[in-house]
Amino acid sequence: MSSTIRVNGREEALAADTVAALLAARDILPGTRGVAVALNGAVVPARRWEETPLTPGDALEIIRPVQGG
Amino acid sequence: MHTDTLTIAGRGFGSRLFLGTAGYPNQQVMLDAMEASGSELATVAIRRISLDGYSESLTDVLAGRFGGKVGLLPNTAGCLTAKEAVLTAQLAREALGVDWIKLEVIGDRELLYPDVEELLRATEELVADGFTVLPYCNDDPVTCRKLADLGAAAVMPLGAFIGSGLGIRNPHAIETICARSPVPVVLDAGIGTASDAALAMELGCAAVLLNTAVSKARDPVRMAAAMRDAVSAGRSARLAGRMPKRAFAEPSSPQLGLIGS
Repeated sequence: MSSTIRVNGREEALAADTVAALLAARDILPGTRGVAVALNGAVVPARRWEETPLTPGDALEIIRPVQGG
Repeated sequence: MHTDTLTIAGRGFGSRLFLGTAGYPNQQVMLDAMEASGSELATVAIRRISLDGYSESLTDVLAGRFGGKVGLLPNTAGCLTAKEAVLTAQLAREALGVDWIKLEVIGDRELLYPDVEELLRATEELVADGFTVLPYCNDDPVTCRKLADLGAAAVMPLGAFIGSGLGIRNPHAIETICARSPVPVVLDAGIGTASDAALAMELGCAAVLLNTAVSKARDPVRMAAAMRDAVSAGRSARLAGRMPKRAFAEPSSPQLGLIGS
């Protein structure tokens, strides 16, 4: 049985054990401005990325501000 | 010259024009238009980062050009439910460090028309969570009153469908909303050209929020300047107190001493 999670709506293999690790692989660090993360529908503040584990079936949203009206 | 500061949730604005950042030919034009508009509040949307990773933040670009002169108003564009909108607002707060939110909860993807039930629910929840909520809503005095009662910092009724450029479809409704609202009224959506913005202010709106009218004009920077002037002119006309409308003619030239009388 493969371990997968959904990141921004796309299924991918669970390769990181914490939110911080997954984000770091995408060059996003706790100090990075203009980014926010929600795990299973709840915001995870940057200060808690390191201590928040990822488990199979989790859904992560990584967002940033874009042009809008 | 009297000062005419706009105050929303205790924050003062020198400009009564709020400007969106979407749909410009390129980022440079957007920045130039923002400057020409004199706006002190820019809206941004919240979206997933792209697959190719994280690039320069729009908010860094705005801050780089304007510093603290132009504040940020994130929106919940695209949300269909209160739940989605609340999460989006919370993510925006986390990403931007700003607790103001332009709350959009849509009931129809073609019309982008507000879903009043979900909008009221989301407003209540976000106010309780400490947000300064500016809800985009329909031009309905009852909805506007309910939103104000729930603690919205302003109400933002539409003039016409988002992006339609059809102007203010129901001026009497907007005027009525303005006359009764305990919070500032920001005309948001449907403005197409300068006269629409001026009319909004003449009807009693405290401010105007527009995007497409500028970004899709042939010359966005020039239109942004026009909107700046229009909002200013409409506001001055409002404060000046217009003449009453009359059913018949009333001559302005004297009636006595007419040649041949």
